Amino acid sequence: MSDKKNLNEEVKNAAIEEAEGKALKKSKGGFQMGTVLALVLMCVILSILNHNFYNITNIMSVLKQTAFNAFLATGMLLCLITAGIDLSVGANAIFCACIMGAMKQAGMTSGLVMLVVAVLLGTAVGCTNGLLLTKLHLPHPFVSTLGMKNVLWGLALVVTNSQMVSAFPESVQWLGKKTIVAGFPISFLVIIVVYVIMHIFLSRTALGRSIYCVGGNKEATRLSGINTDRVLLFCYSLSGFMAALAGILSVGRSGICNGANAVQPYDTDAIAACIIGGASFMGGKGTMVGTMLGCLIIAVLRNGFTLLSVDSAVQNVVLGLVIILSVFMDVVREEREAKRRRLAAAKK
Amino acid sequence: MSENIVELKNVTKRFPGVVALSNMQLTIKPGEIHGLIGENGAGKSTLIKVLTGVHQPDEGEIYVEDQLCTFKDPNESKAKGIACVYQELNIEKLLSVTDNVFINNWIKKGILLDYDKMHKRAAEIMEDLGQEVDVHKAAGTYGMGIQQMIEIAKAVLLDAKVIIMDEPTSSLGEKEVAQLMRTCRELKERGIGILFVSHKLEELFELCDRVTVMRDGEYIATKDISEWDNDSLIAAMVGRTLDDQFPKEFGEKGDCFLKVKDLVIGGVLDHVSFEAYGGQILGLAGLVGAGRTETVRAIFGADPIDGGSIEVKGKEIKIKSPEQAIDAGIALLTEDRKGQGLVLAQPIRTNLVLSSLKKHSSGALLDEKKIEESGSKNMTDLRIKAPSLDEITGQLSGGNQQKVVIGKWVNSDADIYIFDEPTRGIDVGAKVEVYNVMNRLVKAGKCVIMVSSEMPEVLGMSDRVVVMRGGKVMAEIERDSKHFNQEDIMKAAWGGSLDE
Repeated sequence: MSDKKNLNEEVKNAAIEEAEGKALKKSKGGFQMGTVLALVLMCVILSILNHNFYNITNIMSVLKQTAFNAFLATGMLLCLITAGIDLSVGANAIFCACIMGAMKQAGMTSGLVMLVVAVLLGTAVGCTNGLLLTKLHLPHPFVSTLGMKNVLWGLALVVTNSQMVSAFPESVQWLGKKTIVAGFPISFLVIIVVYVIMHIFLSRTALGRSIYCVGGNKEATRLSGINTDRVLLFCYSLSGFMAALAGILSVGRSGICNGANAVQPYDTDAIAACIIGGASFMGGKGTMVGTMLGCLIIAVLRNGFTLLSVDSAVQNVVLGLVIILSVFMDVVREEREAKRRRLAAAKK
Repeated sequence: MSENIVELKNVTKRFPGVVALSNMQLTIKPGEIHGLIGENGAGKSTLIKVLTGVHQPDEGEIYVEDQLCTFKDPNESKAKGIACVYQELNIEKLLSVTDNVFINNWIKKGILLDYDKMHKRAAEIMEDLGQEVDVHKAAGTYGMGIQQMIEIAKAVLLDAKVIIMDEPTSSLGEKEVAQLMRTCRELKERGIGILFVSHKLEELFELCDRVTVMRDGEYIATKDISEWDNDSLIAAMVGRTLDDQFPKEFGEKGDCFLKVKDLVIGGVLDHVSFEAYGGQILGLAGLVGAGRTETVRAIFGADPIDGGSIEVKGKEIKIKSPEQAIDAGIALLTEDRKGQGLVLAQPIRTNLVLSSLKKHSSGALLDEKKIEESGSKNMTDLRIKAPSLDEITGQLSGGNQQKVVIGKWVNSDADIYIFDEPTRGIDVGAKVEVYNVMNRLVKAGKCVIMVSSEMPEVLGMSDRVVVMRGGKVMAEIERDSKHFNQEDIMKAAWGGSLDE
């Protein structure tokens, strides 16, 4: 009898706490509101400082820039959620572009073949990263993907004889060049589709859920019967696939491929976008929506610098600081979260 | 000399929305081993933190040798002679034993560290504690028992008057526990007071002079050990009498569900063979390191094996991964709940379906409605106390976390449930609920294998017991056998043979 009474009380308490839980959840969304606010604020400040910012052509060029980073950030996010990292995404993208350049140099005329080869090779590189991690048990993907970055940089130069290649077939340039109405880049439309699909994938499918769990506790996930090696292999392969798409985009956008670009800080831009968007180096966290916001912030920042004709060396300094700041934000966020949980637990 | 080294009077500590300690009383006399017991969440940790200066009490006084004290931080409490050996040891595994003993308390010669002196002194202290160790070696080369002694050595070095030991035996083997108890008695001889916090009643009865019970942050009673018995301690702790700590119910013995034959892992398992039946609980008994966890992990495909075969319901199957084991109808609740059982940062709902994601999907997508339904059912069936399914699992108490892990395996709908130390570190009330889950499983005809180092639990819950030692099966004992008693099982666990 008294047990039943206890249970009733528990149920009542649970209901109260559930309401509190919902309030907490809202505050979690509040963080993303902060990111949106930061983005809006940046846009407002830029449009005051420079009238060209709200020019439609400029906005479209921001979106074009966003798309390149957004492809890279997609794969990066998956790797970060598993508590890993893929530092080879930027070099992989340029490598894929250069492979198409090499084919062009060799007299290949079929754009379709170029695209297929680039996508397959990019995915294979990602798959190799995954195999290094799961089969050779290299300690952390930080080191193996950093090594891969150098390998790809070298290969990008080797296959093109360190030459820039231009005049690609239209079908290759389609993704990076084509626009729909009012100069709206097709690449950004593709990115929206990709992000919607990936959002559903991460939040609503078994594999998506497994990716978060691998990042949270790999051993517990493995012992729950989930093939964690396969999950990791998928994430790194997808990262390679997305890098290939980014590489194809870059060819269309600039009309050329240049192996020397493989050392550009594309990877750090992608990492920064994910972290600004709420991912954590500790793994287990991050969303597509947040990452998109992060990509937009970085693109607006870079665009702003160009409009205000800030020296590119200074740009690098500031962006480097932004990345450090975003990592610091990650740490602060973790601490806050821990404190919030402590307080919530103490309330019980 | 004053009568009490430490005296707590009416100490109250509040956290936002909760009273963690309320009017707590405690006295520790010189040369006394004082037991402290209470369920998880009873306020033991808060009490320790108040004593060591981590938390400051809102009300009440702390006296050290009749002198009123306020500790602003742990250093001030240390200076007054209060030392604590925490459950999670603070050992730098790569540094030498000497470094660990003298950490932050170095003996110096000029600006350099005087290692000659420190090594000598460290060796002396360790010897006094009954430990023959090479103090030059890295602390990590030694086992948990000796690492704990290093912590005690730190306290001795600081001339501690009171040493608090928080669950000191939870990660020790039988022999190490015996050594720890000898050391405690020696420290007692020297007039040091010990506050011995433990879940294990037998240890309190063996070691302590007085025992204090607390419940829900409140002081319940302090009595000489002779005035307590098992039942009265439990009753004081849970606030109600548990008629039976082990509410054993019997199922109907079914077919052989699991047949393990000549399981070999080089250097770990030596031709382990046994059978387990539906409708029964098979207890796997033995000392820490007997190879029980290794056996069940091998069956579950968590670790590779070097030889042997496994039959499930009469069919031989090769299990190379947990995935295959689950497909074959095996579930394994690991002994390390936080490290291997749960994704602590994820909500309860995710953890509950982790081993049955396919079952909770419709088409390519997860079926949130189904997850919600089965999750709510788990919450009521297993009495998981949490505000909602969206609660982050890391925030739950140990007992509730364990219930989430159990829920995960119940949802996988296995035939063979292997529970490795299922009640470790959870309080008495939650233990009984775990036992009831096992009862329900065997009554439904399932096969349960329980690895346990707690002898009363093995005897209380098993239908049959397999005793292991050194990676070998030493004995199989039926519940109705004359050998089904603590002495004979221990005898087998220590390598003795049982006559028929």
